[in-house]
Amino acid sequence: MSDILLSVAGLGKRFGGFVALSDFDLHVKQGDRLGLIGPNGSGKSTLVNCLCGTLRNDTGQVTFSGQKLDGLSAHQRTRRGLSRSFQLPRPFPTLTLADNVRVPILYAADIKPDRFRANPRQRCEELLDMVGLLPKANRLPTDLTQIEMRKLELARAMASEPRLLIADEAMAGLSHQEVDDILALLMKLNAQGVTIIMIEHIMRAVLAFSQRLVVLVAGRKIADGNPTDVIRQPDVVAAYLGS
Amino acid sequence: MRNLRFVLLGLMVAGATFAVARLIDNAYVFFAGYVVLQYVVLATSWNILGGYTGYVNFGTAAFFALGAYTTVVLHKTVPLLPLPAMMVVGGLISGTVGLGMGYLTLRLRGTFFSIATLAMAVVAQTLITNWNFVGGSRGAYIIRPANSPLFAGDYIEYLFVVMLVLAVISVSISRAIQHSRLGYGFSAIRDDEQAAEASGVPTLRLKLIATALSGGLMGMAGAPLPYYVTYLDPASGFSLSYAVNTIAMPLIGGTATWLGPVIGAILLGTLQQVATVTISSALSLLLVGLLLVGFVIAAPKGIVGWFKR
Amino acid sequence: MDLSIDLLGNALVSGLLLGGFYAAVTIGVSISFGMLDIVNIAHPAFIILGSYTAYIANSAFGFDPILSSIVLLPAFYLLGVAIYFVYDVSFERRGDASIRGLAFFFGLLFITEVTLVLVFGVDYRLVDAPYVGLSFHFGVIDLPLRLLVPFLVSLALIGTLQLFMSYTFIGRAIQAVAQDPMALRLMGADPSRIKRIAFGISIASASIAGAILIIIQPVEPSIARDYIGRIFAICVMGGLGSFAGTVVAAMILGIMESLTSTFYGPSWSPAVAFGFLLITLAVRPAGLFGRR
Repeated sequence: MSDILLSVAGLGKRFGGFVALSDFDLHVKQGDRLGLIGPNGSGKSTLVNCLCGTLRNDTGQVTFSGQKLDGLSAHQRTRRGLSRSFQLPRPFPTLTLADNVRVPILYAADIKPDRFRANPRQRCEELLDMVGLLPKANRLPTDLTQIEMRKLELARAMASEPRLLIADEAMAGLSHQEVDDILALLMKLNAQGVTIIMIEHIMRAVLAFSQRLVVLVAGRKIADGNPTDVIRQPDVVAAYLGS
Repeated sequence: MRNLRFVLLGLMVAGATFAVARLIDNAYVFFAGYVVLQYVVLATSWNILGGYTGYVNFGTAAFFALGAYTTVVLHKTVPLLPLPAMMVVGGLISGTVGLGMGYLTLRLRGTFFSIATLAMAVVAQTLITNWNFVGGSRGAYIIRPANSPLFAGDYIEYLFVVMLVLAVISVSISRAIQHSRLGYGFSAIRDDEQAAEASGVPTLRLKLIATALSGGLMGMAGAPLPYYVTYLDPASGFSLSYAVNTIAMPLIGGTATWLGPVIGAILLGTLQQVATVTISSALSLLLVGLLLVGFVIAAPKGIVGWFKR
Repeated sequence: MDLSIDLLGNALVSGLLLGGFYAAVTIGVSISFGMLDIVNIAHPAFIILGSYTAYIANSAFGFDPILSSIVLLPAFYLLGVAIYFVYDVSFERRGDASIRGLAFFFGLLFITEVTLVLVFGVDYRLVDAPYVGLSFHFGVIDLPLRLLVPFLVSLALIGTLQLFMSYTFIGRAIQAVAQDPMALRLMGADPSRIKRIAFGISIASASIAGAILIIIQPVEPSIARDYIGRIFAICVMGGLGSFAGTVVAAMILGIMESLTSTFYGPSWSPAVAFGFLLITLAVRPAGLFGRR
């Protein structure tokens, strides 16, 4: 019980008449590698947005590290250690790469004074180095390739030193080698103690990464368990073959 | 410590400017200089919310005039209050109004905030126009003292110095913010507010700080106005030319840094003073409008940005 | 007792008529802001331009202001298209729409106002038409034609636009472009072209709105600013992009202003619109009829 980091109970969200998410439950333990899959439109983005505070859920409860997240804004959740990377990278266009990662360092510093206040620039360089972008530290995001932008996105998400990172389709549109790069990066982060929820369509990456797999279809969870078992479930097969 | 050095440098430049103005020994220099300095303050403070944070305030006139009318009220109630004290009160009132308005509208999209600032300017003007204590639509007369209370000279020289000091203060604040944690937060909000939130930036709080600070400085810039013009009525206090100039100057000078608004204010302010005397004030305003549109279309990074290329 | 019911009744009626006129003034922005998401705060300046063109047609050639405004529709349409072109190339394509776009339109507002002052001066201008001085009387209620005719023209304008929006391909494309530009492309329509047409229509409506404005009241360049607040208050209250909402919100505003003016004095009316706007933005930004 004490090592459950994220606990979601009965989460629901609707937009007018459209039910995006209904009755969603989830428990994530510290150190887990969770994979989340589902066809387009199944509610994955809505789920991430509700967890991170960008959207307000209609029903249900989200508890993180023992604290209820109700009513907390996005920045408050980030400061408590719940971080996300955006599906379509959203770097700050007029800031250099170094400054891009500096922003979360400066603003997460409220909660974690010691490490960050001392030397933000050093921490910026560490983060960029971790994703291999240090040589481009003083360039603008417009100078980056697709995969470099994804790496920047992850570096920025990691800059606040989160306990839980939601990687939202970080590999979409990348080549085989690039997918492996990102996969290796996420595994390294997990080895350092970060709990990761990977939302992805690229099945080989999901299966290579996840200890546990959750499947979302039409706003409902239809599977939650061991990856090799889950992908053999008839309703999961149907959802994917059907779509 | 770099900030303190900049302030000292600024005060030295201010001192030199004043010495030169005294040497020229023409009252017009002080009158025109006051207006240019006033615009340095207005442009710089507008830019904190506009250029740094990305929220366009069309209601400069409201904050500015609130400062001016606060002085009118204080002049009638506690006439012995020194001008700097009146400025502080004016700044506090404007800042608080900015805070209040921000609280109502900053949770919405930037465009709604901008429209709301226009709205606020008109409401403020209507309220003042209907308030007889400050003269209503007929205006108020303020007697300008003959002599400077601080050094030997005319009162207009004193106003010039006061505005000079305020200019140094506001530019120093702007520069300090630019290089600070607050500055990074503002830039993040301007670039992508949602991503900023996700990065831990308390966007609403920072926007409120920017609005209150910007509004407060504008109020301080407006506070000495009644002594400068000696007759103040709502039509001139709330004139749209304040709003246009305050937006045009940073956009033309460059919105990304503290230097752009200063350059824009000095250039455009001086240009207008010259044009008003040589052509006509209506034409000089037309010129400002054309320059604004021209720069916004052709040189979005302003003069400073052009030199950085 | 008798006197105040009389006063109240007239205030309500003229408020309603005024509200109808306000709807015409706003409908252009309902299109540009509500459907195209372009914050054209210069729209009132184009309306005043419409007033002055009607004034010229009337004073120099003796033409009826409303008829001449209809004749001038193509000119205003082209003006709108030209402005959209500059806006599109300078801002929308660069993805820099917000600050600079707003500053652009603010600059246009200002330039238009100052140019009008330079050309026409600050004197009030009015038009001379047979219906300007007349009034119908129904018991204690007066129906001045200078309010009634604009009211009817306004409803006709909005009705025509609504029919256009609902029953023509371009009209429906305009409604679609705000919600789903991708679907529009798949249907073979170019979103840029559709937006250009829509903005052109938006400015064209200013021609008619300007003509009926100068019938209702004498005009001078700076009154454009009084209308910015009214227009956006109505837009936001009525729900962006909804014509029916615009009409209802406009009438509510007209009545509120009329009542304020009658019972508290005309110097308070500019604050009514803006006060409404601030309250609506604070409480219910989606407006009365809006989505989301």
